[in-house]
Amino acid sequence: MKIKFWGTRGSIPVSVTATNIREKLVAALSGAIGRQLTTDADINDYLNTLGFEVTGTFGGHSSCVQIDIGTEDHIICDMGSGARPLAQSLLTRFGPARPQTYHVFMSHLHWDHIMGFPFFTPVYIPGNRIIIHSCHAEVERAFRRQQDPISFPVEFDQLAARIEFEILQPGQVYAIAGMKVSAQKQHHSGDSYGWRFEHGGQAVVYSTDSEHPVDDIAGQAAIVEFFRGADAVIFDAMYSLAEAVSVKADWGHSSNIVGVELCQQAKVKRLLMFHHEPAYCDGKLTQLLAETRRFEEITREDHRVEVLTTWDGMELEL
Amino acid sequence: MDIASRQDGSIRILKLTGRLDQASADNFHKALIPHLDDCSATGNPLLLDFSGVEYISSVGLRVMILAAKQVKVQNGKVAIANLTPIVAEVFQIGRFNLVFQVFQNYDDAVRFLNQ
Ligand SMILES: [Zn+2]
Ligand SMILES: [Zn+2]
Repeated sequence: MKIKFWGTRGSIPVSVTATNIREKLVAALSGAIGRQLTTDADINDYLNTLGFEVTGTFGGHSSCVQIDIGTEDHIICDMGSGARPLAQSLLTRFGPARPQTYHVFMSHLHWDHIMGFPFFTPVYIPGNRIIIHSCHAEVERAFRRQQDPISFPVEFDQLAARIEFEILQPGQVYAIAGMKVSAQKQHHSGDSYGWRFEHGGQAVVYSTDSEHPVDDIAGQAAIVEFFRGADAVIFDAMYSLAEAVSVKADWGHSSNIVGVELCQQAKVKRLLMFHHEPAYCDGKLTQLLAETRRFEEITREDHRVEVLTTWDGMELEL
Repeated sequence: MDIASRQDGSIRILKLTGRLDQASADNFHKALIPHLDDCSATGNPLLLDFSGVEYISSVGLRVMILAAKQVKVQNGKVAIANLTPIVAEVFQIGRFNLVFQVFQNYDDAVRFLNQ
């Protein structure tokens, strides 16, 4: 299985600013003082010694993740603003003339998870089939309302693709798009659902917008079972542990530390930090990754969890 | 985890020793509860002396958060002092300064609790 991240930011899309770019340039150029950079190869060698926060960026699109199991049908988690660049890449690859089937799995219906849908160009192309899987009975209403004339120039009924809504039940195992799929109810305003995808002996869990209340022992045990033995868990690590239980308690999000804890207990292979706080710059997110890796190292008992963070454009082959 | 309790004026001081992990967390929480119950606006401020705590896991952090929550509801005052380097690092990663008053040494913690 392959995972490609198109939107990794939480709550609202953000963009790098001119100030951010200048800071990166200053950092890169001051590190280059006194170095002999005469060829492109020298420059690339030097850039490879710098951190991702200097040479790259986490990006700012809201939640959209693609899962590739090598089949014709496309598998997508959430329709945040990252759905727009995803659509561009798909159209470049397949062209508009060849009808495609898209399976979309929705964590929930908050704006940051649906806002990319009207910009997901396959919806305008006749012959395409888009199946939106959700555990929320109101899913169709949420997508239609977003395109009411008061908010958007193109109404839902004008979309040329065939769009279907499929309501699934948490706790059941479905066979969809060549995978075994199940959903788990999560603690979030209006509820959210985690998705577990299994294919070819591998498992990926997409678990975003989920709070894990510290005193909910039964809830935690259910989540650990849901994560059990997964090759990768995409996890809402928006806050620090203390924020998640104090100032931001009941805001519906989790922390890097709870992510490590749950993945340790469930013997998960990789924890993928996701739904980044919009206020955090690249430097801060890089620091959080280092801290989370250190925490995993300190608290490791008999099982090592590889900690990774996610960024727009990142691809991970399991 | 061992808990040795003593009183300094109205302040209840708990000297903790050992590892706060999966194996010890439940018993530690149970042993802590009577002291947390006493830690109210009119009761005994609580000082947790961490100088003997060599390790804290995420499950241990969970107990500490539950403790902080209980004391907050009761309008009690709690302070933590004397973190060992590894526990201080874990507290920093979890941003525990947002839920606990953490002090380098015992005297500063006592001064805070006596305010
Ligand atoms: Zn969200
Ligand atoms: Zn949400």
